[in-house]
Amino acid sequence: MSVSTPRPSRALYLDAQSTTPLDPRVLDSMLPFMISMYGNPHSRTHSYGWETEKATEDARKSVADIIGADPKEIIFTSGATESNNIALKGCAKFYREKKDHIITTQTEHKCVLDSCRYLENEGFQIGELCRSKGVFFHTDAAQAVGKIPINVNDLNIDLMSISGHKIYGPKGVGALYVRRRPRVRVEALQSGGGQERGIRSGTVPTPLTVGFGTACAIAQQELEYDHKWVEYLSKRLVNKINAELTKVIRNGDPDHSYPGCVNLSFAYVEGESLLMALKDVALSSGSACTSASLEPSYVLRAIGSDEDLAHSSIRFGIGRFSTEEEIDYTAEKCIHHVKRLRAMSPLWEMVEEGIDIKTIKWSQH
Amino acid sequence: MFNALARRVVQDLRQSPAKRLYHEKVIDHYENPRNVGSFEKGEERVGTGLVGAPACGDVMKLQIKVDTNGKIVDARFKTFGCGSAIASSSLATEWVKGKTVEEALKIKNTIIAKELCLPPVKLHCSMLAEDAIKAALNDYKVKQSSIDSAKDQEISAERVSVQ
Repeated sequence: MSVSTPRPSRALYLDAQSTTPLDPRVLDSMLPFMISMYGNPHSRTHSYGWETEKATEDARKSVADIIGADPKEIIFTSGATESNNIALKGCAKFYREKKDHIITTQTEHKCVLDSCRYLENEGFQIGELCRSKGVFFHTDAAQAVGKIPINVNDLNIDLMSISGHKIYGPKGVGALYVRRRPRVRVEALQSGGGQERGIRSGTVPTPLTVGFGTACAIAQQELEYDHKWVEYLSKRLVNKINAELTKVIRNGDPDHSYPGCVNLSFAYVEGESLLMALKDVALSSGSACTSASLEPSYVLRAIGSDEDLAHSSIRFGIGRFSTEEEIDYTAEKCIHHVKRLRAMSPLWEMVEEGIDIKTIKWSQH
Repeated sequence: MFNALARRVVQDLRQSPAKRLYHEKVIDHYENPRNVGSFEKGEERVGTGLVGAPACGDVMKLQIKVDTNGKIVDARFKTFGCGSAIASSSLATEWVKGKTVEEALKIKNTIIAKELCLPPVKLHCSMLAEDAIKAALNDYKVKQSSIDSAKDQEISAERVSVQ
């Protein structure tokens, strides 16, 4: 495939970490509930309610199965952000008399960090990450569920957040796993009719939960196959790029990271300019959640990236539906534009002349 | 009736696609670059400005070549930065050409930003481009005055030796 390959009419999608397309099988399972089976699952008095209630409980079982939990431990929410909020604020508030210390990591999603900050203002203490007994362990598994094997008992997880749209399910739905043995209690954030064990009031959206359940069932069945495919494409992309470009750094541990998330820093080229140049491919620089600010990704900085390299990073998100052709096209375009941008870069020019950039005194604006 | 409405929504999206993050003018500066590069080292009557910092994600190098009448006859740039930064510095090199050193000092970041339709979050790119122009002009002035003073010293040295 040469660079003169005709441009796709619509950009290729390589941003699986921000969201994934609906698996057609998921859509199929949702349609009946958007057309004729529209009952409220909490209506106890007629068949419209009974049939949607059954569908919701079946979906709940699928979600529980993929993480090795009991269906009674699954609370449906509007997404992982809501689940994180309930887990952190709800659990902290319930136990505030006896436990007021929260431990988190620097690489958490903004909603987790912001929830912790909110709790800090309410008098809770935030500390550094460490492992110890008797401490509730919550994990935001939005990116992990359905991609790598997760078992809440093997991993001693007490609370876990799951997102529907990260595993080829619909947007607007997620779940919170709350362990029952030993019991973990959380205070509800949202008041109402007492649905979902009182932890999350509000009519459970059957079409969305059914889609979510189907997505989990498919992911569980196809986990190994998906992983092999994604790993193959991931290696292909990285090898092609490394064959033609120098000074490319892979962020994250290559042996201990999910192959579908390839985060590369192209030294001396700014990330956003590369994204603009790669207009036929939907990618992102760093993480989508912080794209409104000028700061480089705090996650990359936390895992030890140099400040200027954090500005040079691109995230390639490979998924179940990514193809070889898409990967090849992306690699080729990436190589072409990195070379072009380096030719325009004063930093690259300095490096080629043998100047050590770190010795230069830059004028701050 | 529901079907017709849904179809129209999708049709609208296809015909007038969602607004791009980058203005056409910004993209044009990358796809059709003008004045990218550097003058030969040691070339005379060249001023070089280097502004920004890698840690900020923005570094611009702008060079001007000035003739004996004080008019900028050529310019070059290289930029490490986003699309708006590249466009701002590229536009700066286009605008300084043909201006005198004094006229070039008057180029304002607000006019650059307006020309490129930069959104508020990208205004700092135009500010850095203005800084780059000023830095290049300043560098040229400094070099010229040291050349002039060296020439003066030569002339007075000659006078001394002649005497």
